[in-house]
Amino acid sequence: MDTALGIDRLQFAFTVTFHYLFPQLTMGLALLLVVLKSLAIKTGDERYNEAARFWARIFGISFAFGVVTGIPMEFQFGTNWARFSRFAGGVIGQTLAMEGMFAFFLESSFLGLFLYGEKRLGKWGHWAAAFLVFLGSWLSGFFIIATDAWMQHPTGYQTAPDGSVHLASFWELLLNPWAWWQYAHNMSGAVVTGSFVMAAVGAFYLLMRSHLDQARIYVRTGVVAACVFSVLQLFPTGDQQGKMVARHQPVTLAAMESLFETREGAPLVILGQPNMAELKIDNPIMVPRALSFLTYLRWEAQVRGLKDFPREEWPDNIPLLYYSYHIMVGLGTIFIAVMGLSAILLWRKKLFDANWMLWILMLSFPFPFIANTAGWMTAEIGRQPWLVYGLMRTDQGYSPLVSAGNGVFTLLGFMGLYLLLGMLFLFLIWRQIQRGPAPVAVA
Amino acid sequence: METTWFILVALMLAAYVILDGFDLGAGIMHLCIAKNDEERRMVLRAIGPVWDGNEVWLLAAGGTLYFAFPMLYASSFSGFYLPLIMVLWLLVLRGIGIEFRNHVEGHLWGQAFDAVFSISSLLLAVFFGAALGNVIRGVPLNAEGYFFEPLWTTLTVGPEPGILDWYTVLTGVVALAVLAMHGSAYVALKTEGDLSARARSRGRMLWWAVAVLTIVSLVATLAVRPGMLDNYRKYSAGAVFPLMVLVSLGLMAYYWSKGNDKAAFISSSVYIAGMLSGAAFGLYPYVLPASTRPEYGLTIYNTAAPPYGLKVGMVWWIIGIVLTLAYFTFLYRLFKGKVAPSGDGHGY
Repeated sequence: MDTALGIDRLQFAFTVTFHYLFPQLTMGLALLLVVLKSLAIKTGDERYNEAARFWARIFGISFAFGVVTGIPMEFQFGTNWARFSRFAGGVIGQTLAMEGMFAFFLESSFLGLFLYGEKRLGKWGHWAAAFLVFLGSWLSGFFIIATDAWMQHPTGYQTAPDGSVHLASFWELLLNPWAWWQYAHNMSGAVVTGSFVMAAVGAFYLLMRSHLDQARIYVRTGVVAACVFSVLQLFPTGDQQGKMVARHQPVTLAAMESLFETREGAPLVILGQPNMAELKIDNPIMVPRALSFLTYLRWEAQVRGLKDFPREEWPDNIPLLYYSYHIMVGLGTIFIAVMGLSAILLWRKKLFDANWMLWILMLSFPFPFIANTAGWMTAEIGRQPWLVYGLMRTDQGYSPLVSAGNGVFTLLGFMGLYLLLGMLFLFLIWRQIQRGPAPVAVA
Repeated sequence: METTWFILVALMLAAYVILDGFDLGAGIMHLCIAKNDEERRMVLRAIGPVWDGNEVWLLAAGGTLYFAFPMLYASSFSGFYLPLIMVLWLLVLRGIGIEFRNHVEGHLWGQAFDAVFSISSLLLAVFFGAALGNVIRGVPLNAEGYFFEPLWTTLTVGPEPGILDWYTVLTGVVALAVLAMHGSAYVALKTEGDLSARARSRGRMLWWAVAVLTIVSLVATLAVRPGMLDNYRKYSAGAVFPLMVLVSLGLMAYYWSKGNDKAAFISSSVYIAGMLSGAAFGLYPYVLPASTRPEYGLTIYNTAAPPYGLKVGMVWWIIGIVLTLAYFTFLYRLFKGKVAPSGDGHGY
């Protein structure tokens, strides 16, 4: 990683990974805040409003960190990936500019009102502000996913004489089938993060024997939402996303599974380490024929292995891709188990007294962040060696005149700055959790 | 179509400079007009609910630039690599500083974040001014349309310039003075008592600096790029921009002497709009002139996205801007009037 290309990739990967820790939390919480505000209106129970106030404070802090770490992403398209921007700006400029015009203005305008304007706006006005913040953040997510989906599976473009690509159909760009499944999968993942965090904070208060009334709301809302969206994450969204990869990026599927030989009735590797020297899996634990079934719904279906594809089309870091994918799927499966069990306990009114389960809920909040990150690593490492799948390779896209030395300088700067940001964030969130929600007089 | 997008992007950038300009300016003047913790909290309350929305204009203008002139975005962002990344770091620090100040009590934290807020605002103003200076002066574009500028070379204006030379330092200082004045005008308008009076008196002192620097920068610009006059010779309607600058500068002094803060702030906004549109009018159709060979310069024609994309964009852009103007009108009306001397800490 001492070349300009390597540094550009590392800097983008580092800054985008750090950035996305925040939006996955805020997009998830945005939906839950609308749920809390709706419950407050429907039941007339002031406790839901106080819950919304507490979570709005967590949301506001996370949102600010998401905004400031998001600006470098838009800039880097130009600073570090100039040739890519020149090549593809005529297409993805559309979605990125629409994000600014439709999402950023909306969320930034109504966020302040939502955070501080409850008295002034009244019941329905405050609900509307919450809804518009939710709408803005989910729109933002859509435009970014549409951009990434175009890079994964380009649609609606044509190639110009100078080699760059132009927009040929606006609707084909926005209605890219890849984008919609990826969006559903990604947003459901964000709700999983938001609801795990909500349940974890509730579990923490219950175990600390403080704010019990509010804590039960957090655990209940968090567990129900996490249970529903953990299932949606696997089926249909994850399943459809996987089928999309199998159809359009078969070499990526083979690399994700580290399937080296083409075979009928391909097994699904649960555990094992890809051995790139001998092109096999070491210490494999496999489910026979499951990969064929999951991909094509036929136990004997043929799945193409890596050796079937020319080596220059293989993703350039197969072990990392394989682990990212397996960590994502493994954690996703555990989430369903944890939240399914919690939901049963909740339904039988035993959850709030089941200390062992509350401990698990409290400690599990980091894992959705890991799973979402691993999911994105699967998508982006899996797209390699392409920057725009089938159209532009990653080593053709970086800025020609930005040297590795300048890149290392800015990468180190980002690392130092983000270390500081990370500490500030944890400090601010911890203070809010210690401060806790305000007591609500029971009506 | 290219010309329309040139005007729209220029307008969005001008909106950004005017809107985020007043909160940057409030930041620059923060330590020197707000003397105690209460006054500093008032300054922050005055910009609290709007600074984030103001900054979004930069992102939206950037996005629109990317979509309408992808080649310009690619070339200029990679060429201005180092200063742009530093701008990012400053934006990050400044945003977190403001957020943090709202959430954490205590003298030590307050002092630390006042300093971060103030210094980052000041440096951002200088960077933005220097950036505009670079665009006017021209950059060392190669035949492919790329360049890379080091932070400085010999500090002189030549074919191989750095980001900083005497001219761009001058434009940086102009931007600093203008935004400091603009921010003072905003603080004077939005607050009361000692704070408002102090902001007004500092603003009036800055007015003299701005008046002198306006003339110096005009002369310097004509020395560095005599071609800036071509469009003015061709189209006499261009005279409206220097006129805007002069009249608004005069009105600002007049209104301040009358104690009319609102009109003074509006004049200051018109002044900024006049300066920026005057520069854009002089550059047109260039968007990034070359210091190497004139024919390497980037114009709206050799950097624009193709017609279909520009046409489609016009449809959603108009819808988007109408919605945006509606939000901003709503937000600023809800937030009109003076900031309360003490309140719930968030300006509402």
